Amino acid sequence: MSAAPQMNPGGPATDVALPAPRVGPLAQRRSLAATLIHVFSSSVLTVIVVLIALIWSVPTIGLFISSFRPPTAIHSSGWWTALAPPWHFTIENYQNIIQAQGFGQAFINSLIISIPGTILPVLFAAFAAYAFAWMKFPGRDWIFLGIVAMMIVPVQMMLIPALRLFTDIGVTGSFVSVWLAHTALGLPFAVYLLRSFFGALPSDLFESASIDGASHLRVFFSILLPLSVPSLASLVIFQFMWVWNDLLVALIFLGGGQNVAPLTVTIADQVNSYGTNYEVLTSAAFLSMALPLVVFFALQRYFVRGILAGSVKG
Amino acid sequence: MAVAVPQPVAPPAQKKRKAPASRRDKFFAWFWIGPAVVFVGVLLFYPVLETIRLSFFNFDSSKFVGVKNYQLIFTNPVFLQILRNNLIWLVVATGGTVLLGLIIAVLVDRVRIESFAKATIFIPMALSMTAAAVIWRFVYAYAAPGEQQIGLLNAIWTAFGGQPQAWTADPKNVLLNNLLLIVAYIWMWTGFCMVILSAALKSIPTEILEAARTDGASDLAIFFRITVPMISPTIAVVATTMLINVLKIFDIVYVMTGGNFGTNVINNEYWNQLFDFNQFGVAGALAVVLLIAVIPVMLFNIRRFRIQEAQR
Repeated sequence: MSAAPQMNPGGPATDVALPAPRVGPLAQRRSLAATLIHVFSSSVLTVIVVLIALIWSVPTIGLFISSFRPPTAIHSSGWWTALAPPWHFTIENYQNIIQAQGFGQAFINSLIISIPGTILPVLFAAFAAYAFAWMKFPGRDWIFLGIVAMMIVPVQMMLIPALRLFTDIGVTGSFVSVWLAHTALGLPFAVYLLRSFFGALPSDLFESASIDGASHLRVFFSILLPLSVPSLASLVIFQFMWVWNDLLVALIFLGGGQNVAPLTVTIADQVNSYGTNYEVLTSAAFLSMALPLVVFFALQRYFVRGILAGSVKG
Repeated sequence: MAVAVPQPVAPPAQKKRKAPASRRDKFFAWFWIGPAVVFVGVLLFYPVLETIRLSFFNFDSSKFVGVKNYQLIFTNPVFLQILRNNLIWLVVATGGTVLLGLIIAVLVDRVRIESFAKATIFIPMALSMTAAAVIWRFVYAYAAPGEQQIGLLNAIWTAFGGQPQAWTADPKNVLLNNLLLIVAYIWMWTGFCMVILSAALKSIPTEILEAARTDGASDLAIFFRITVPMISPTIAVVATTMLINVLKIFDIVYVMTGGNFGTNVINNEYWNQLFDFNQFGVAGALAVVLLIAVIPVMLFNIRRFRIQEAQR
């Protein structure tokens, strides 16, 4: 295929020959001064970024430190006071949560809910987005906009009709109902995001592929998906996270049965009816956050500059 | 994945066997979009139609009442405040998250500690809503003057000589309460904008940036004349998503103030009307307001679309 980019999927495009530096009327060799300014401003930039990152983390750090403090201390003094001796750190908040009834099962349940709850919407959205972006059929734009417009539907609005439907087909209380609900709720944004990225790919790729006689399936798997890795990675991160952290959908469609309850429900149950022992939420927050972060870091390598290098002509 | 290997390229005259590409498209397209259309149609679109229908009926949907519910929403001051709050959220929360997300995405793109920096901004998104609410309840916590402050904001405030304030809980400071909640939202959602805009930045072909630098363009010029225009579709996607997300804001308000102290928003009141007061009609009308509010956003996207398609 004449316009296929040279690239290693998932890695920086190091085997692309960059164009020779153009010598135009404004081109200058960088002077020593300019190089120094560039290095200096690059360090300034790093400092600024570090500052932003630190300030952004302060609330989280506060919660993190709180999670290692005894409950009485949490309620009586600010978390920053724990940084000075005497230190009274404890892991009892973590112990309380992990040893709480059903924590292990809840973790597995969360996985059972989150993995299909991520794969299904991303898959269906990718198929649909490809068709909306690169196929022609009557009503294409209106159907697309209809799907995207459904982003406005909050969970609360679809709860009752969906519950009725699921009861009719007999899936309430089982994981199927949660998979179906999360898929429906995640599709509008997923279709919207992927359609935008797919549509931005150079049309030459698809034109030459169709001239060469490739079927849509072939184009989808061999051309489109490899080039769309950053956008797919973003989508997977978010969809996974939203499903993992969801409380409402699980509560309503699964009910409170302990053998199917995910982490979010189990944790919410721990806070007593007065809502005052929220120190258990401090440790729960970090235990629960661990997996989405792992997903985030694992997918970071797909955020690679240059994945389209060489595919733009001239 | 077993895919039929395409036939070797034949001169066009011998391609009579296959139907013209456009006719094939029209047939197969339905398989591609089928699952998405079914899911969205049944589980999202149908509830919308039901909600619109119920908004013209009374509380238990037994009697048709026309626009009575809408009249209530647009004349009662309690509801008008709710609408005003959503407007404040719309402007401040959307603008804040998108702008910050863009700036941070561009900044971290140029430093070596990019992954670490992105992770710290992203972490708030990885927290569940309950965890985020607990964090910000801690930040805004109030203790009486003279007692030890356990809330970060009050600790800083009193360190500079102020009196401890009941942040978000003082009914006299309606605007401030809303803004404080919005700060929590921006803290959470900037990571979202940043991740997506960062992915878009990575898609800009490096040759273009190299060529611009070789031509002597300054960083600011590159940002405004090359970067922003090239990722403008993604900026539009992110802004649209944020707008819609903010329109239906619920969790933060529900958990932090319960909608009290002048912070109530449409979706929170929808919840109250539907599940606490069993007012299906009023709830429906509130929901329709949300649906109407999203129309301009959709129109903007339609326009953007048509322009993009024309350029292809």
